[in-house]
Amino acid sequence: MTAPLLEVEGLTKRFGGLTANEDVGFTMREGEILGLIGPNGAGKTTVFNSLAGFFPPTSGSIRLDGVPIAGLPPEAVAARGVARTFQIVRIFRSMTVLENVMVGAMLRHRAVPKAARVARETLAFTGLSRRQNDPAGQLTVAEQKRLELTRALATGPRLLLLDEVMAGLTTSEVHEAVELVKRIRDRGIACVVVEHVMEGIMPIADRMVVLENGRKIAEGPPSAISVDPVVLRAYLGEGYLAPGP
Amino acid sequence: MRRGSTALALGGLAAALAFPLLATRVTWQNTAILMLMTAQLGVAWNILGGYAGQVSLGHAAFFGAGAYVSTILSMKLGISPWLGMGAGAVCAAGLGVLVGTPCFRLKGHYFAMATIAVGEIVQAVVNGSDALGGAVGFTLPLGETGFWGFVFNRSKLPYYYIALGLLLLTVGVNWLVNRSHVGYYLRAIKDEPDAARSLGVSLTRYKMIAMMLSAGLTAMGGTLYAQKELFIDPNSMLSTSLSIKIALVAILGGAGTLWGPVLGAVVFTGIEELTRVAFGGTGRGTDLVVHGALLVLIAVYQPSGVMGLFTRRTPPAVPPPEPEAEFP
Repeated sequence: MTAPLLEVEGLTKRFGGLTANEDVGFTMREGEILGLIGPNGAGKTTVFNSLAGFFPPTSGSIRLDGVPIAGLPPEAVAARGVARTFQIVRIFRSMTVLENVMVGAMLRHRAVPKAARVARETLAFTGLSRRQNDPAGQLTVAEQKRLELTRALATGPRLLLLDEVMAGLTTSEVHEAVELVKRIRDRGIACVVVEHVMEGIMPIADRMVVLENGRKIAEGPPSAISVDPVVLRAYLGEGYLAPGP
Repeated sequence: MRRGSTALALGGLAAALAFPLLATRVTWQNTAILMLMTAQLGVAWNILGGYAGQVSLGHAAFFGAGAYVSTILSMKLGISPWLGMGAGAVCAAGLGVLVGTPCFRLKGHYFAMATIAVGEIVQAVVNGSDALGGAVGFTLPLGETGFWGFVFNRSKLPYYYIALGLLLLTVGVNWLVNRSHVGYYLRAIKDEPDAARSLGVSLTRYKMIAMMLSAGLTAMGGTLYAQKELFIDPNSMLSTSLSIKIALVAILGGAGTLWGPVLGAVVFTGIEELTRVAFGGTGRGTDLVVHGALLVLIAVYQPSGVMGLFTRRTPPAVPPPEPEAEFP
């Protein structure tokens, strides 16, 4: 049993009177895929923003390799090896695809030629090489999401936070994204995947954490989560539950 | 393409070096010096306002800082304006840090408004300070002439070549920034600051680097202006209209491009001088009206700047997204 890569304990985030997250806790090992699911407004993105340093948590602790990172600014969290994508893509539209990824690579490689080399390798890994010289704004939505993922990957993270990278994709694109996340995991990079697309997350997640109204209501392997009555109630509502045997 | 632009740059440089030897009329030379000096200010502004996207409307404060520091050092301590130019640049960079520390917390229009306020404050302070010459300003003593004294009264040519050299230095700094990771980071900050942060880019640190370079280079232009005019006062060195002109030149030419502000300065100064010659002297400011109208036309029909005529920019296929609601 190695020490966990990420430990989240008692994470609480309030915006004025609104509690977005309350007492959320989970741990992750290296190279693990954790699915973070829940109905709309459950607080998934808030967990992400706290992990990535965009929000200082109201209370609770976040430790990466045992070192507290809660309250650090995003750039410091990134330097410690946590990279993220955004729910609505935020690519650098005045740049080419390659330049976008170079900005990510520059976190570890300041020299431009070296950053370009790392960026090309990362683009080859994610399958965007043929688009590398195109302006980023010309990519399709699926490609833009893949570009954001590539850019995050180029920072050389140990933990990757993927916020709905499969939303709005076609079935075959979802399949490609699933394969990509698996290959990223095979590189030893742990992934937290926020997803509504269940056929995208169920087959690859080692564990699932389910949020509702800002609280964790369930945690376990996908097979157990998909039949958990508490989870089904949260998603479907009381009246739609099949009567028990 | 790259070889073509290198040839164009070398051709332009040769033409700039030969120009005052061929165009010997003093008015032409004066206009050319004005163009070079304006271009240098636009290129210096471009590092912060163009690449980093932090639109400053207070750059006259840095311009004035350069002029006042070198002038006071020269008048009070007899220090050569060349050394004063360096001291002015350092002081302006320090002033830039002072300005940036609070103002970089503001975004977009609010940053621009704060820089206007800073410019006005500096102007008010100088106006009220006897040690800084007050509203009257300083007339620079006609002391040591020649290169080391930085005063040339026989011919305008030395000013022309110093202005050209300073412009080349400023373009060179711009070019180096643009090619290093700093340039990539500045463009990333301009496009999507939150995404840049998530990739490990410290917004404050890189905006501050842009600010210090931009302020320092602008101050060097201020020293040159003081040595050429041999008279400085708050109205000519520190006014908000000067700040706006500096920004306008860069935006008009093409903010965020290497040569855009140079082109903008040539067009801007050209229009300014031509309308003055053609419509000036009516006593009704006709030249200013025509000048303003031409600027409006450029803004309407060429919003990406004059540079946009030469570089075809491909519009993004997907419109930029609405700002993400960070609320859960």
